[in-house]
Amino acid sequence: MLEVREAYKTFNAGTVNEKRALNGVSLTLKDGDFATVIGGNGAGKSTLLNLVAGVFSADSGSITIGGQDVTRLPEHKRAKFIGRVFQDPMMGTAATMQIEENLALAARRGQSRTLRVGITKGEREEYRELLKLLDLGLEERLTSKVGLLSGGQRQALTLLMATLKKPKLLLLDEHTAALDPKTAAKVLSTTERIVQRDRLTTLMITHNMRDAIAHGNRLIMMYDGRIVIDISGEEKKKLTVEDLLAKFGQASGSDEADDKLLLS
Amino acid sequence: MDFLLAFFNSLPGALGQGLIWGVMAIGVYITYRILDVADLTVDGSLATGGAVCALLVSMGWNPWLAMLFAVLSGMLAGLATGLFHTLCGIPAILSGILTQLALYSINLRIMAVGDAATTKATLAVSVDRHSLLVSARHIRELGLHNPLLLLGLLVILVIGVLYWFFGTEQGSALRATGSNPNMARAQGINTDWSKVLGLVVSNGLVALSGGLLAQYQGSATIDMGRGAIVIGLAAVIIGEVLLGKVFRNFALKLLAAVIGSIIYYVVITLVLRLGLESTDLKLLTALVVALFLSVPYWKGRYFSKSAKRGGHVNA
Repeated sequence: MLEVREAYKTFNAGTVNEKRALNGVSLTLKDGDFATVIGGNGAGKSTLLNLVAGVFSADSGSITIGGQDVTRLPEHKRAKFIGRVFQDPMMGTAATMQIEENLALAARRGQSRTLRVGITKGEREEYRELLKLLDLGLEERLTSKVGLLSGGQRQALTLLMATLKKPKLLLLDEHTAALDPKTAAKVLSTTERIVQRDRLTTLMITHNMRDAIAHGNRLIMMYDGRIVIDISGEEKKKLTVEDLLAKFGQASGSDEADDKLLLS
Repeated sequence: MDFLLAFFNSLPGALGQGLIWGVMAIGVYITYRILDVADLTVDGSLATGGAVCALLVSMGWNPWLAMLFAVLSGMLAGLATGLFHTLCGIPAILSGILTQLALYSINLRIMAVGDAATTKATLAVSVDRHSLLVSARHIRELGLHNPLLLLGLLVILVIGVLYWFFGTEQGSALRATGSNPNMARAQGINTDWSKVLGLVVSNGLVALSGGLLAQYQGSATIDMGRGAIVIGLAAVIIGEVLLGKVFRNFALKLLAAVIGSIIYYVVITLVLRLGLESTDLKLLTALVVALFLSVPYWKGRYFSKSAKRGGHVNA
């Protein structure tokens, strides 16, 4: 479903702040793969995700989604294939617009925007039912401005928006990192439920090793702009945090895995 | 007593000015409030609208047709700013300033079309010789040719059309672009196109206002738009401060900008009667806008507890 080939990305090339964020990353996700991505700060996780989403373009390499080469497509055109949830709860929703308006915008992802009415009566009923699934009471607040919601509510709503129109690829960029543990767990379980229900091909970045092990059928660890570990199938099912630390030590040749960011 | 009488006598004029500038304020509302861009094109496009309208009317055109072309000229100005911003990556404020500056030269040329001179800073139209839709001459008369009637209807029409438009898929996309461009792009909205469209619509309205103003006051002048952005902002902000709590509906918010504009001109009329020179008004307007814009900032800074209502980030 997703194929990234030999992607390179350097920020601030030729300056003292030069940062090689991606150093020849190749990654293939099969239809229905749910891959978790871990790695320390600056490993290139978010860069990889943003590259796939089209926030910026690669220096070299190619990206294919569902058989279509999207390497040169701008962000808003790639959105046709991709649902996204960001780390910052403020980023995925329009705060000054109503809950139902946000959902209506998401329902039209990948379609041309016409002069037809922006939200129909039938949609409202549909959204009310969908919001019930989140179990946050939002179904009673369809016309509330999203800016009035809590961070957790906004992340859950963004998740619903990202999957409202079934995406070929779901990108989750540490989408529970800014939430308190209880809310994070709730959003994560909702994520799991939606991904399973729709069999979504998913790439989920997380800082939390346990989450990375507990979710998905595949685990990818990045280090220094490269993929250093890629575990799937039975091996992934049996994986423990200790295994992962040991593997990381071998692959990167450092003991940086003790980095508390990885264990948090 | 004389003072009050003179003041009341000038109220219809203030109402007429307020309605005309209200159309302009709606244009400013679209860029400043919906698109979250301070568009300085309007100082130029208001005069362009006035110049085009005055020119065509003085050439004997139907005034409605003249206004249509005035609107189109404003849209073209908005398009230029939009392309500077999106296609060339120039910051929005600077893009507006560039267009505004360029329009100064263009407006001088427009007003001189068909004239012996190559440039012209004033172009007069007269209700005696030309067919005008609105004229200040009839502002205190009872009857269908009183400009207040047509201006009121035009304002309602503009608000109605915009209310419809911003409820459509395209209009919602434009609002999303202003509210959160990251989210808009993630939902497949071409934010560049949204910005250009918003600037085009906004400057079309501003030029409409300019066309009306030229007819109303009997001339288009090169500096009729100077400081227009600040007057537009003043109208938007006065409307919000006074009516923001009551007017929740989108159409009413646009109406609030028009009411803000009317209040602005009533106050201006008052201070002029009190002895201020009309040349002092720009200073006064700038101070009023600066004051109203700084209120939310100071409130947030020194009364942060009361200002943070409902803004909690954590779940």
